[in-house]
Amino acid sequence: MAVATETIPIARRVSAFLYRHPGIKLVLLLSPGLALLGVIYGGSLAALLLQSLYRLEEFTGLIVRDVSLDTLGQLTDRAHLDIIARTTAMAAAVTIGCAVVAFPLAYYMAKFASPRMKTLLYLLVLMPLWSNYLVRVISWKLILAQEGIFNWFVDKLALDGVLRWALGAPMIGGPSISQSFLGMWIVFVYTWLPFMILPLSAALERVPDSLTDASGDLGARPPMTFRKVILPLALPGLIAGSIFTFSLTLGDFIIPSVIGNSTFFIGPFVLLQQGTAGNLPLAAAMSLVPLAIMTLYLLGARRAGAFEAL
Amino acid sequence: MGRGWGLRVASGAVILFLYFPITIIFLYAFTTEAAAFTFPPPALTTRWFGVAADNPAIWEALRLSLTVAAITTAIALVFGSLMAAAVYRTRFFGREAISFLVVLPIALPGIVTGIALRSSIAILDVPFSLWTIVIGHATFTVVIVYNNVLARFRRMSPSLVEASMDLGASGWQTFRHILLPNLGTALLAGGLLAFALSFDEIIVTTFTAGQQQTLPIWIFSSLFRPRARPVTNVVAIMVVLVTAIPILLAARLARGESGGRIGARPTAGPGGGAQ
Repeated sequence: MAVATETIPIARRVSAFLYRHPGIKLVLLLSPGLALLGVIYGGSLAALLLQSLYRLEEFTGLIVRDVSLDTLGQLTDRAHLDIIARTTAMAAAVTIGCAVVAFPLAYYMAKFASPRMKTLLYLLVLMPLWSNYLVRVISWKLILAQEGIFNWFVDKLALDGVLRWALGAPMIGGPSISQSFLGMWIVFVYTWLPFMILPLSAALERVPDSLTDASGDLGARPPMTFRKVILPLALPGLIAGSIFTFSLTLGDFIIPSVIGNSTFFIGPFVLLQQGTAGNLPLAAAMSLVPLAIMTLYLLGARRAGAFEAL
Repeated sequence: MGRGWGLRVASGAVILFLYFPITIIFLYAFTTEAAAFTFPPPALTTRWFGVAADNPAIWEALRLSLTVAAITTAIALVFGSLMAAAVYRTRFFGREAISFLVVLPIALPGIVTGIALRSSIAILDVPFSLWTIVIGHATFTVVIVYNNVLARFRRMSPSLVEASMDLGASGWQTFRHILLPNLGTALLAGGLLAFALSFDEIIVTTFTAGQQQTLPIWIFSSLFRPRARPVTNVVAIMVVLVTAIPILLAARLARGESGGRIGARPTAGPGGGAQ
């Protein structure tokens, strides 16, 4: 006690002052966070917009800091529109894939698992979400390699014909599974799956058993109960999950660089433009595309009531 | 229960699908082949661990990643708890906007955050450094601590602090004996998660690192080098282990907390806010 008597008066005065002046206290509490998120992060978003209004001088390779819509206009070039369409289509396909694969586990977690089991499953689904996703993508590169385990299984199960047929298909095919959109789709679905399972299971938990029982009692077979009762009630959860799967696919550059042929998606395109191509304005303009698509998506999702399921 | 049985098998298959690939990377850290991934591997060896240990670039990247993660965690802890304290105790104009601002960096696609920071780095002519990486990581880890601490504040009675001050404790004593013990596990869980998230991050880092290599960036660039491929797998295993430990610890600490605060990341989606 004797040691502290020296410092107490000053500390006391400070805390008493702050207690009497909550406004000042508030400013002190908020200013570091606001400096980081408001000034640096918010400012960077503004810089992103500004950067997309600059343009690259073709001949000198220098960035001209004049404000114009030239760079944004370049997004409507055929090649750029193709990239946007391809990425959006992949995001949609990945979202559907995630929803289908996530459903059984989400339903089991919500309706059948014991509380203990539920905690365990919850942790098992959560772990991959927090662990390094680059590592998880690399593991797929190993699995899908030409002599790798995927082709080994296909060979052992005598499914070569099926695989060749799938790879021969227009759009999704390619010379090998690791160089096809099909392979890329599998890896995307795998990587974002936990983001779909969690909100879906939360939504399914809120579907009252009495409704599914009633549907069955009234003569509906399970597929009909699923379609008419479970699916509509689980929709907010599905939409909530799709926000993640869609947004993450739109903005990713790791998976399209590691798996697939070198056809451009938004992510790798942005990476190339800001790096070796030295066209930061075009990179900034292109990265506004996922931002715009997600804004529209979120407005739609809000109308569908998906935010209550988050 | 016929249907429950089918569902159980399907659920097991999904869990298997989630975990099987990780085991493969462990297997291929031991393969003898330097440039292919034949299954089953022709033979197993531990020599790649030695090769990895002898590579100074890997140690350099590890050191950078650990430094960045440590500083980021410290910033996230301080900024996140201060903001949580402000939002919890007082109602003020723009309080909702703060909740929104905090989740924005993880709600937006990482590439948007990355290129936004890259744009201001370019416009302000800031040289790339440890600090450009740290600032990038701090933007999306503050929310983790913020969510954890805010949830704990809400369960804690505000009268505890007032009682302590009334009984004559100094601000420091109140902080040391009342606030810290109450917030302890929330801070620890938030800090561990922030550390894991920062240690792992690659998307935003790619745009804020310049020529510097964090461990994930080293791994990513090594994917495009044809030689000694299993070394990449050795480093990948190391990253999995370094991040799995804090995550599991945080999950243990967060158990019993409403909704499990470790879920802050998937649930703090766009518009989801930190309610």
